[in-house]
Amino acid sequence: MSDVDDRLRVSRLSTGYRGRRIMQEISLPAFHAGDVTSLVGPNAAGKSTLMRALAGLLPATGSVRLQGRELIGRPLVEWSRRVTYMPQSLPQGVALNVLESVISALRASPMGATAPQRAALERSAVEVLERVGIIHLAMESLQHLSGGQRQLVSLAQVLAREPRVLLLDEPISALDLQYQLRVMRLVHELARERGMIVLIVLHDLSIAARWSDGIVMLSRGGVAATGTPAEAITSETLARVYGVSASVECCAKGRLQITIEDVLDDDAAFR
Amino acid sequence: MDGTTVKDVSAESASVLAAYRRMVAWRIAILAGLAVLCLAAFVLDLVTGPSALTLDQLLAGLLSPDDLTAPQLAIIWQVRIPYALMALLVGAALSLAGVEMQTVLNNPLASPFTLGVSSAASFGAALAIVMGISLPFVPMDWMVSLNAFLCALGSVLLLQLLARLRDAGVETVVLLGIALVFVFNALVAFVQFVSSQAALQQLVFWSMGSLSRATWANVTVLGVVLLAVTPFSFLASGRLTSLRLGEDRARSFGINVARLRFMSLLRVSVLAATSVAFVGTIGFIGLVGPHIARLLLGEDHRFLLPASLFTGALIMSLASAASKVLVPGVLLPVGIVTAIVGVPVFLFLIFWRPGRSA
Repeated sequence: MSDVDDRLRVSRLSTGYRGRRIMQEISLPAFHAGDVTSLVGPNAAGKSTLMRALAGLLPATGSVRLQGRELIGRPLVEWSRRVTYMPQSLPQGVALNVLESVISALRASPMGATAPQRAALERSAVEVLERVGIIHLAMESLQHLSGGQRQLVSLAQVLAREPRVLLLDEPISALDLQYQLRVMRLVHELARERGMIVLIVLHDLSIAARWSDGIVMLSRGGVAATGTPAEAITSETLARVYGVSASVECCAKGRLQITIEDVLDDDAAFR
Repeated sequence: MDGTTVKDVSAESASVLAAYRRMVAWRIAILAGLAVLCLAAFVLDLVTGPSALTLDQLLAGLLSPDDLTAPQLAIIWQVRIPYALMALLVGAALSLAGVEMQTVLNNPLASPFTLGVSSAASFGAALAIVMGISLPFVPMDWMVSLNAFLCALGSVLLLQLLARLRDAGVETVVLLGIALVFVFNALVAFVQFVSSQAALQQLVFWSMGSLSRATWANVTVLGVVLLAVTPFSFLASGRLTSLRLGEDRARSFGINVARLRFMSLLRVSVLAATSVAFVGTIGFIGLVGPHIARLLLGEDHRFLLPASLFTGALIMSLASAASKVLVPGVLLPVGIVTAIVGVPVFLFLIFWRPGRSA
């Protein structure tokens, strides 16, 4: 395995929706196995679009290579063996319980060449629930869960598939402070343990800075900044991309301290 | 990390797995119970009717026909059994069509008639009745059914084509379907307006939905269609369940949702078109059968699909029996009765939610 290039490389990627191109030939630094990269940027910057394109869900041109293999143009089932995408929300009013929903995620299509036996499948679903810390909700109906609990179930469904590349679209937006940190730590641990490439859309820059190995900052369908958190999140990029004045300092533990001060120019953000 | 290795299953996990397996066993028991209820309703339907036949006579008719008179045998073999079988089959077919449609269109209000299947069938029947369209070697009463079937199937294919052209989402499919309902209803009204008195009467009766057109021949056809389609539905059950987790998520799990939806709507149109072609418009079953099944068993489609078959067959069978006794001496069109029988069952289930079964 060691001599195989296990990075995810994105180059000259163009994508969008029917008749509306959102991203034009963007290239990103390679994503390494075990790394967590946060995708940040203002609303409508193209974060979800990029995620969906990387999951193979949008028509795209250019190149998305994983482990040396080109994925653009391949059928969805091939993407799905390597890449799993967690959308922002779970649909409402679904009469499944938590465990059933995770089993269903596992059963949808086999990750490897062979489908695991039923008992093994049920066991791994339970293990994921335990790992995410929601085993006590296993037999609860999805209809009875709070928004935050649903988000955790949603996360469990995608983690259960053990993909090479995990794409999380705002996975902590409905969570309380403690669960935000727990989820980020879990994702970080699993990335390291499994050698998984994780891309995660976040709005909270402090959390992004604290838990990411890399940052990709998007703006209006293009790449505004990339690099380590300290390289990408600076008062200059925050002013340019978000239109806010902020001070960014490196504090004692080597962590970034981001203090947002004010909106720079009322029109800038909406221009 | 809580220190457990991945291989260990904690006590809590073990109890969750046990609870899950109990739930599965309970669901299988419910399915078996529904099957028994269907059988009971079938027998009730057989022994109900204007000419009082007892259960003994009925059994005699089946086992030792020599003990009965020729008219009694005729009633049993040419009327009661085909009617009762038709009720089961139509109920099962419409309910299965309904549940698939509700899932693939992500719409709890969808039923085989939402997308104009029954309106198109009525239009086809109207054309055959009023214009007297005929084909060589096809008897007239089959011609009406055949034309109804072709129009129903054609409307769904047209819908699929329109949806594909626009690369449309489910909301658009539903809107297009509703547009088709109005178009076909208008066309039926037009045909009614220009038709003769006699043809009009025949047409109105046709569209009411009645089991009185059941014969061994069309029972066999619908039975074969149901037997042929159901395995494909069951094979898709895992993908249908995953689709309930959201379209993007299901696609990211490797499910070709467009294809799943197309194949599912194809099955729906074959089931609904065949049913409507033989018994006319019977609403409600395709909407409520699936909802009752869902309330009882949740949305794991491995259980939901067979449960919908049973609940549809059960309601239809009970409605068929009721249609013979509600007004003494009159056989009401069953389409009128389905809602009257089905609504109380439905309300009961809504207000008495069985625990937290899902």
